[in-house]
Amino acid sequence: MSDLFEDYSVAAERTGAYDEMFAPRQTARPSYGHLAQALAGLDLTDVTSRADSMARTFLDKGVTFDYAGEERPFPLDLVPRIISAGDWDVLERGVAQRVRALEAFLNDVYSKMAVVADGVVPRRLITTSKHFHRQVHGFEPAGGVRVHISGIDIVRDAAGTFRVLEDNVRVPSGVSYVLENRRAMAKGLPEAFSQQPIRPVEEYPRRLLSTLRKTAPAGVDEPTVVVLTPGVYNSAYFEHTLLAGLMGVELVEGRDLICRGNRVYMRTTAGEQRVDVIYKRIDDDFLDPLQFRSDSMLGCPGLVNAARAGGVTIANAVGNGVADDKLVYSYVPDLIRYYLGEEPIVANVDTYRLEEDDAREEVLDRLDELVVKPVDGSGGKGLVIGPSATREELDTLRKRVLADPRGWIAQPVLQLSTVPTLSGDRFGPRHVDLRPFALNDGDDVWVLPGGLTRVALKEGSLIVNSSQGGGSKDTWVLAQSPDVPVEAEPRHSISIRERTSVWPVESNWRDRQAEQQQQ
Amino acid sequence: MLSRIAESLFWIGRYVERADGTARILDVHLERLNHLPAADQRSVAQELLGVMGSRADADEFGLTELLQSLAFDRTNATSIAGSLAAARENARRARETVSSSLWECLNTTYYGLSQHRKDVVGTYRFCNWVLERTAMVRGLADTTMSHDEGWLFLVLGRSLERADMTARMLSTREVHTAGMSWVNMLRCAGAYESFLRTRRTAFDEGHAAEFLLMDRLFPRSIVYALRDADDALAKLDPSDTRVGFINDARRIVGQARTFLEFHRTDDLMVELPEHMERVQKAVAQTSDAVSRKYFNRADEQAWVGEVS
Repeated sequence: MSDLFEDYSVAAERTGAYDEMFAPRQTARPSYGHLAQALAGLDLTDVTSRADSMARTFLDKGVTFDYAGEERPFPLDLVPRIISAGDWDVLERGVAQRVRALEAFLNDVYSKMAVVADGVVPRRLITTSKHFHRQVHGFEPAGGVRVHISGIDIVRDAAGTFRVLEDNVRVPSGVSYVLENRRAMAKGLPEAFSQQPIRPVEEYPRRLLSTLRKTAPAGVDEPTVVVLTPGVYNSAYFEHTLLAGLMGVELVEGRDLICRGNRVYMRTTAGEQRVDVIYKRIDDDFLDPLQFRSDSMLGCPGLVNAARAGGVTIANAVGNGVADDKLVYSYVPDLIRYYLGEEPIVANVDTYRLEEDDAREEVLDRLDELVVKPVDGSGGKGLVIGPSATREELDTLRKRVLADPRGWIAQPVLQLSTVPTLSGDRFGPRHVDLRPFALNDGDDVWVLPGGLTRVALKEGSLIVNSSQGGGSKDTWVLAQSPDVPVEAEPRHSISIRERTSVWPVESNWRDRQAEQQQQ
Repeated sequence: MLSRIAESLFWIGRYVERADGTARILDVHLERLNHLPAADQRSVAQELLGVMGSRADADEFGLTELLQSLAFDRTNATSIAGSLAAARENARRARETVSSSLWECLNTTYYGLSQHRKDVVGTYRFCNWVLERTAMVRGLADTTMSHDEGWLFLVLGRSLERADMTARMLSTREVHTAGMSWVNMLRCAGAYESFLRTRRTAFDEGHAAEFLLMDRLFPRSIVYALRDADDALAKLDPSDTRVGFINDARRIVGQARTFLEFHRTDDLMVELPEHMERVQKAVAQTSDAVSRKYFNRADEQAWVGEVS
């Protein structure tokens, strides 16, 4: 191992976390064997020049996110996060299970509420959720799916156990970086790819399109799909353009759409054209000024009624936010048992419900040891990590929790697992999480092999959000064994039929070359 | 295609061509301007700025200020940097429609804007670099995009801007004090060598003007550019039939082109600036007509009733 890893294991053990690459005493875990070899052959100059070139490529290609009005390249670290075939099998089944349970839950919440009648969750849990939208009660989504696209955040605790940290079934973002990271890594660290079969990610856009088309309103044979973006200033705008581009569909803004008679149309140079499926990348609150925020210009008036009447499919369905509520999260293991009759495959992180008196008392006593999160936050907003908070912050937090116990949950501080990450002149352990993406077309839940690994670039930091200085890593899922083909399913290759070519047999390219030379 | 995207493509075409044209004009004029005494520099600089569609905001407007407003001022869409930034912004909005190589080319160009010295020497290099980058943009647009509706809007924007730029350039003939020769004028359009090859020997300014106005084979001549625009418009609107009304945009472009084609060069030369102004006006009107026909949308959030 080169000097780049000098003292790595000392630093890794100091974090108290599970290191993904090295078992104690700096032995590479089996899944990282080939990578360790590849990295051992590189020195600091190699590594930094490759890292620089990857960053430069991202800037040129515009693989950026918007931070306070400034476009920044999303930092990609050279060392991938590798998931063994066995671990992936667990994660894949766990994620799919969770998506099926959440789908059933949302369907129930907006119809019979059997889950309440059967005493699995209290009624107020749902009715007090900020993202429970009465506007869509009784609504049956066209195509029958609510959670088309989901991103389930997963971490690994100090014991090496995977746990679900939160569910994102509104507008999970980050899949574009999964696609771009892989392309960049194939150029940045080619030697590591040739050694082992890594499951490909590039089929995601095709799968996404087929999921969206399959869930189109009934009676539409050739559905027109669009991606709805809030516009160029949205932090995930790059992702919106990439997905629309790779699916070959229009990227529309609210002002491009018009609703009439519960149908949705887009304004084109050839007049109005009907839209059947909208992959919305706008929060519900901004989607339809008639139903939600009347001051929003991002959406289009009439969308919600059109969706309710079955004239258009909106993916993900309006109202999914209730499943993202972090207090609802604490009930998901029960929901899995209730709806599916199965035990959860991937566990939750232990969670205190602060509206329960005993739990609240305990948490308020131990605020300096726990992480406290707002139930409706995303992107790490509003979360307080007890051990690193000041006294004043904790006092403020205490007041806010007491004022609105429903609005908060608490969890133990998890030492998220670490992966070596380039920092200055060597690799240091940095904490990571993982967001696998799943697509649900109503018949089947498909999980993209891998997902987005976010990494906290600052030493010791547990906050991986890009808006707070996080970066990312390519995520490799190893195929079962080198003998098993990499493809999850047969490629749709151009079938070669009988050799009845329309070209005269003799006019092959060699003749043309000869022709050129004679001139 | 979405009206908004069509509009973005049209403007990418215009802005990139504008950057290219402005770089050519600036490059050639810089040489002349450098030789002049400071007082003359100021008046010529201001006139040139006027021809390019801007006005000096201070009396002390000289060479440095000219470079700033025509080359480097990013807040101004008549400058090279401003045009390229605007082109990139439009491409960003139409990113799923333009090819990724075209987008990357505009994006890296945008990031390259700040890497040039903003003095006279630096500006020469800057202009050269701009000519290369815009050539690359054109090449990539033509070879990596389907020649469908989107590309046609890009070409339409490009040809209209090109007609406009050549007309502006011919108006700078009026910058007398700079003593612009026809040779320089031809060089501004990158047409000098083509012209020599066509004419071979003796020529006068009448021939040069004729070449820039109406050569049917040279792509930067006004007639050529207007015909390109007309072709694009015809393909965009296949609905016109053998008789009857052709859409506004085509009517205006066609009138401007035939006016030039069916006048004697000598007559045109007598009132060259007026004619060039007419060309510029026709371009502006065409642009408006295209905008009305294809890009117009109810900007207000129209409430059109709903069945619940």
